[in-house]
Amino acid sequence: MNAADLASTYDLVVIGGGPAGLAAAAVAARAGLSTVLFDENPGVGGQIYRAIASTPLKDRAILGDDYWAGEALAAEAGASGALIVTGATVWSLDPGLGVGVSIAGAARLIQARRIIIATGSLERPFPIDGWTLPGVMTAGAAQTALKAQGLVPDGCTTVLAGTGPLLWLLAAQIVRAGGKLDMLLDATPGANWQRAAIHLPDFVLSPYFSKGMSLLQEVRGRVPVVRVDGLKAVGEDRLREVVYRAKGREHRLAADLLLLHQGVVPNVNLALAAGVTHRWNERQLCFEPVVDADFATSVPGIAVAGDGAGIAGGAVAAERGRLAAIAAVRALDPSARVPDAQPIRQRLQREERGRAFLDWLYRPHDALRRPNGDTLVCRCEEVTARQVRDTARLGCEGPNQMKAFLRCGMGPCQGRLCGLTVTELIAAERGTTPEAVGYYRLRPPVKPITLGELASLPKSEAERKAVER
Amino acid sequence: MTRTADVVVIGGGIHGCSTALHLALRGLKPILVEKDYAGRHASGVNAGGVRQLARHVAEIPLSIASMALWERIEELVGDDCGFASHGTVLVAESEEELAGFRARVEDLRLKGFTHEELLDRRELKELVPAVSDHCPGGVVSRRDGAADPFRTTQAFRRRAVEKGAEIIEGVRVSGLARSGSAWRVETSDGPIEAPKVVNAAGAWADRIAAQLGEPVPLEVIAPMLMVTSRLPEFIAPVVILRSRKLSFKQLGNGTVVIGGGHLAEPHRDENRTVLDWPKLAISARTVWELFPVMREATIVRAWAGIEASMPDEIPVVGLSTTSEGVFHQFGFCGHGFQLGPATGAVMAELVATGSTNTPIDGLGIARFLPDRARPARS
Repeated sequence: MNAADLASTYDLVVIGGGPAGLAAAAVAARAGLSTVLFDENPGVGGQIYRAIASTPLKDRAILGDDYWAGEALAAEAGASGALIVTGATVWSLDPGLGVGVSIAGAARLIQARRIIIATGSLERPFPIDGWTLPGVMTAGAAQTALKAQGLVPDGCTTVLAGTGPLLWLLAAQIVRAGGKLDMLLDATPGANWQRAAIHLPDFVLSPYFSKGMSLLQEVRGRVPVVRVDGLKAVGEDRLREVVYRAKGREHRLAADLLLLHQGVVPNVNLALAAGVTHRWNERQLCFEPVVDADFATSVPGIAVAGDGAGIAGGAVAAERGRLAAIAAVRALDPSARVPDAQPIRQRLQREERGRAFLDWLYRPHDALRRPNGDTLVCRCEEVTARQVRDTARLGCEGPNQMKAFLRCGMGPCQGRLCGLTVTELIAAERGTTPEAVGYYRLRPPVKPITLGELASLPKSEAERKAVER
Repeated sequence: MTRTADVVVIGGGIHGCSTALHLALRGLKPILVEKDYAGRHASGVNAGGVRQLARHVAEIPLSIASMALWERIEELVGDDCGFASHGTVLVAESEEELAGFRARVEDLRLKGFTHEELLDRRELKELVPAVSDHCPGGVVSRRDGAADPFRTTQAFRRRAVEKGAEIIEGVRVSGLARSGSAWRVETSDGPIEAPKVVNAAGAWADRIAAQLGEPVPLEVIAPMLMVTSRLPEFIAPVVILRSRKLSFKQLGNGTVVIGGGHLAEPHRDENRTVLDWPKLAISARTVWELFPVMREATIVRAWAGIEASMPDEIPVVGLSTTSEGVFHQFGFCGHGFQLGPATGAVMAELVATGSTNTPIDGLGIARFLPDRARPARS
């Protein structure tokens, strides 16, 4: 598939081929909408079902049933008649539903009648001392290597640290795949139980409960687990030691690989760049788009489905994608046949049950989200926590002014690795809320493109005439 | 409660902030009212060019006066504003174009302006080694340069406050009317009364002017810019073109800012712009042809700042024709950043003394008013 082969207009453009995008594309294409799904990876699946068609891990017990559920979704989308384009990076989306996409080094602008953003989540920044050292990775990156290449930590001293359900899932997957995990440092704040407990009954009734309990048991049986409330990575040239605090005492552990994770947050960059209204979610400590029951946003024609609309996991993401697609079909072709939304909403409700408990229980520690001193906040432009805090104290009220003063968020990642940290630091220093502080104004291209790619956009009629003359 | 001041300045761009500073330096008490925050729009996000080169003759005296202030900017505002002077070069892409540039440089000399110098092919290559070989020469203004726009606007704002100006941000002006011998400026945070008012409201200035019976054909524009990731240093001066829209500069950190006046779609009531990618692609193709070294560079961000343009592409600077005590300072048409320092000084002089020694003929608002509304002599 080349960029030049794309049609100029599609009824529906789905951005992201994880559970939400796959489910949405399948529903829409089956109902007769001309549907294209773009995913920047070599294959569909998103993070949760990454490499679903190509993973070398054929023993299904390793990645588990929840992973292999992606096979059916991918097959459904593949058979639906939707055009699925992998290796396609969407770098711009405007409020008029124009989409800028690059495929194999060539760019195109196409027009959509409806958009479903299904760009999912990304890992919350984990700004501790030493988090930029070689030898320190995100758990998500390790999971990618596991799913896509079957790679596991092996022969070196590996520590997994942080909090959240995915931390435990990754631990189990690594061990099942024959990898070696020397320690799991659980940084879940003990005090979280107080706020989580009230939601325990819902959790117990939810599908998460039994899965979660057996996962905890499995990991605890095979990996030493230590409860910590302080963490840093130490080393000059690369990671040498993990330093952590447990029961009021500091411990040092020689290590070669540290995998960090403290939950996932919606990947809001594309929706923000399109002008979608977002709000702060205090329970999940992140910004999320404001959406209605069909996942429509404040920008007419743009819906956000999946974890991008608020973290809820893969099964929920697929249901959200279906509902968003049904709404798109109804808007464009009221006579088309679509699945009944009611049972989907019921499944959604059932799946969402128990989420509050997990959110409150695994709410990451303040100190691990709001660093101090020389800890790097913005990796691209090398801006420290002290600089951000000092500038906020001097009167800088928001992340956009902070960008201008310190350049934080102005590197190629466009704030994906520092945005939440900067917002939370400003809020803390100025004694206000993240909601009031706001987030970076996102500038397209949301993903970097080369000058050559941009230059490859087809010329307009007027421009061709100017050259001929 | 009604607040009082000597002057109300409407708009916290570089122009409003500069005027507020210069008013305060003259011992007056200005209150500046800004609906967002200082430097939120074009003043904070422009290309940062500090350019005398290729200006309309009516602007040249202001531009030259401003250059003198830029060269002592740290003394004026207590911050170097990231100002670096490596010249601006206007590149000719054909012999025909170069002949036109030659005629302009000669004409300027006759008028007494010597800041523009013609470059032949060899001199151009010396100043801009990376430029494509098809370019036969150009024009340079050696004292020109570039600065950091948001930092500059903030520095003016900060120094204005230090010198006694009051700056109110997040407050919108909803109207103004005479109240005895003073003007009563209604804001979302209550009224302010002052004998003098400066309209430096940028892309929103036509609304103020209309309330004074001076409707102007202001066009809201949003010139687009894009910036690359860091590249090894390969060019010192700012480069601009005439026949195609391009301005091009490499910043100290290695990133390259590409602009030149292709416009985004502005939505001034929503503080929002929608980029026009086909036009940015034209910029990309121009750079591709002019600087082959840039072909693999990565574009990391594109944006546009909202500002005002006038049909004759020069600003409105001077007294209101209908309303005594009101002064206009807007419509800088995409090239007002360099003019900020001196225009603020001239406005403060006008406000304080009623006249200025800097020639600003040709910039008055009267040029847009129907004949019957024009005073006998403007």
